[in-house]
Amino acid sequence: MLAFILRRLAQALVVMLTVAFIAFMLFQYVGDPVASMLGQDATPEQRELLRAELGLDKPFPVQFARFVGNALQGDFGISLRQGRKVSTLIVERLPATLELSIAAAVVALLVGIPLGVYAALRRGSFGSQVAMTVSLLGVSLPTFLIGILLILVFAVTLKWLPSFGRGDVVSLGGWTTGFLSVDGWAHLVLPAITLSVFQLALILRLVRAEMLEVLRTDYIKFARARGLPNRAVYFGHALKNTLVPVITITGLQLGALIAFAIITETVFQWPGMGLLFIQAVQFADVPVMAAYLCLVALIFVIVNLAVDLLYFAVDPRLRIEKPAGGH
Amino acid sequence: MESPAIKAPGALARFFDGDVWHSFRNSPMAVVAAVIAALCLFSAIFAGWVAPHDPFDLASVNLSDSRLPPAWMEGGTRKFVLGTDDQGRDILSAIMYGARISLFVGFASVLLSMVVGVALGLLSGFAGGKIDALIMRVCDVMLSFPSLLVALLIDGVGRAIFPNADSTLAFGVLIVAISLTGWVQYARTVRGSTLVERNREYVQAARVIGVKPSRIMFRHVLPNVMGPVLVLATIHIASAIITEATLSFLGVGVPPTSPSLGTLIRIGNDFLFSGEWWITIFPGVMLILIALSVNLLGDWLRDALNPRLR
Repeated sequence: MLAFILRRLAQALVVMLTVAFIAFMLFQYVGDPVASMLGQDATPEQRELLRAELGLDKPFPVQFARFVGNALQGDFGISLRQGRKVSTLIVERLPATLELSIAAAVVALLVGIPLGVYAALRRGSFGSQVAMTVSLLGVSLPTFLIGILLILVFAVTLKWLPSFGRGDVVSLGGWTTGFLSVDGWAHLVLPAITLSVFQLALILRLVRAEMLEVLRTDYIKFARARGLPNRAVYFGHALKNTLVPVITITGLQLGALIAFAIITETVFQWPGMGLLFIQAVQFADVPVMAAYLCLVALIFVIVNLAVDLLYFAVDPRLRIEKPAGGH
Repeated sequence: MESPAIKAPGALARFFDGDVWHSFRNSPMAVVAAVIAALCLFSAIFAGWVAPHDPFDLASVNLSDSRLPPAWMEGGTRKFVLGTDDQGRDILSAIMYGARISLFVGFASVLLSMVVGVALGLLSGFAGGKIDALIMRVCDVMLSFPSLLVALLIDGVGRAIFPNADSTLAFGVLIVAISLTGWVQYARTVRGSTLVERNREYVQAARVIGVKPSRIMFRHVLPNVMGPVLVLATIHIASAIITEATLSFLGVGVPPTSPSLGTLIRIGNDFLFSGEWWITIFPGVMLILIALSVNLLGDWLRDALNPRLR
C-alpha cells in the first residue's frame, strides 16, 4: 500500500512538472515581457538591464527552476489586462467556483444515484424509461443551451429565480460564501443545476448499468436465499458494489466539472475562475492563463490521488496485499 | 451519414453491402436521424440558394424589420418565418448560413484529428519501443484534461501569438485547437488494431517479399484498421460541432464576421431578458437537431458494424 501511494505521488509530481513546463513555455514564447513592461521607446541598455533583473539572461534550466519556485509560492506575476497580481485575482475568484462545483457535484450524486438505482430495479417501467430518455438528452445537450433554457423558463418567464451573479455574499476572512444568505442560495440554484445535468445523467446511467450487472451475480441470489429483505439486498449488497466505478467516474469528472464551470459561469455571469480564464483567453492574458492551468492541474492531481485512496476504503479486496509470485 | 463515404471511397462497397444496409432499413431511429441529418446538411451546404434572405447582404437588411417575432406570433410576418434579430436579419437564413460554418469547422476538425491520430497510432503500433512509449504518454496527459480546457488553452495561445489574425487564420487556429483534443482516441484505437494486424500472415508475407515498411503501413495495414476509425469519426463529428459551438458561445471561436450557430446563440442570449427568445432558441434547436441526429447515426453504425451484436 505504501509503495502504491509513493508511486502515485511520483506520477503526480511528473504531471505537475509537465504542466509547469507548458506554463513556462507560454511565458517564454508568447509575448515579450520586457517589451510590454518598458514600452516602445526604451533604450537597448534599459532592455538589457531589465532582462538581467528579471533573470531572462540566465540559462534555460535556471529560468525554469526560478519559475517553479515562484509558482510554488503562488507568484505568477501580474495580469497583463487588469494590472493586478494574478494570485490575488485567483484567490478572489476561487470560492465562487468551488462553491458552484461542490453544489453541482452534490446535486448530481444525490439525484443521480437514487434515480440510477430506481431505473435498474424497476427496469421497463414508465418512470425509468422517462429517466433514461431524459438522461440521454442530458448527455447530448450542450451545457450552455441547458443554462439558457433554464434562464428562459425560470428567470424570464416564471420570474422565480435570479440568473445573474452570486447575489449577497458573506465574507469570512478572505473567503466569500453565498451559503449563508437566502439570496446567495437563490442565485446558486440555476447555475448548480446547469452544471450538474451532465454529471447527473452520467452517474444515473452508470449506476443503472452497474446495478443490473451486480444483480445478476451469485452472491445476490445467495443473499436472497438467506431470506434477507429486499432493502438489505439492494442497498447493503448491490449498491455498495457499484460504488467503485461511481467514485472513479465522479472523481475524474470533477475535472470536467471545472471545465464546464467555465461555460456555466459565462452563461450566468458567475464571478468565478472560469469567467476570469475566459477573459484571459479572449485578451491573451498569459500570466492568468498559466496560473489557471497550474491550479486546475493541481486540483486534478489531488482529486485523482484521493480517488485512488478511496478505493481502499470502499473495496476491501484491494486492501489485501497481492501475494508474491512463486509460492 | 455520408462521412465514411467521403473519407474512404474504397470502403464504400464494404460499408454499405448487404448487412449494414439491411440493418439501416430495419432501424426506424436510424432512418429518421439520417433524414434529419441530411436535411440539416442540405440546407447548410446550399444555404446560398435555399435561404430566403441573405443575412450578410447589408443592402437587403432593414433595421426597421428588427426583432420581429416568428410568423405565427402576433406581430410576425410571413416574410420572416422564424423572426428577425436585433439588426433585422432573418433568423432562418442566419441559421442556415451559421450551420454551414458550424458543419465546416466540425468536419474539418474531425478530418484533421483523424489524419493526425491515425498516423500517430500507426506509427506507435508499428514502430513500438521508445516512439510508442512517448506517443502513449502524450496521449495519457491529453486524456487527463477535459478537451474543452485543452481547446481553450490552444485557442488562447493562438490569440497571443497572432494578435491581429485575419479570419482565415482565426479559423485555422480554431480547427487546430479542436483537432488537437480529438486525435488521442484515434491514435489509441489504431494502435490497438495495428498491434494485432502487424503479426498477421499477410503482413509477414509482404515483409518477406521485401515490401518497404512505409508501404506495408499505409497500403496493407491501414485499410484493415479503418473500420472502427470511421465509427469513431461519426460520433466525433457531433462532439466537434458542440465544442465549436461552445467556444463560439464563449466568444473565443469563429471570427464575429462569420457567425456560426454558437455565435448566433451568444448574440441572442443578450435579448433573452427583453422577451425575444427566438433569436437564441432557434439556433439552439438547430444545434441540438444536428448533434442528436449525428449521435444517433453514430450509435446505430457502431452497433451495425459490431459483429458480436448481430
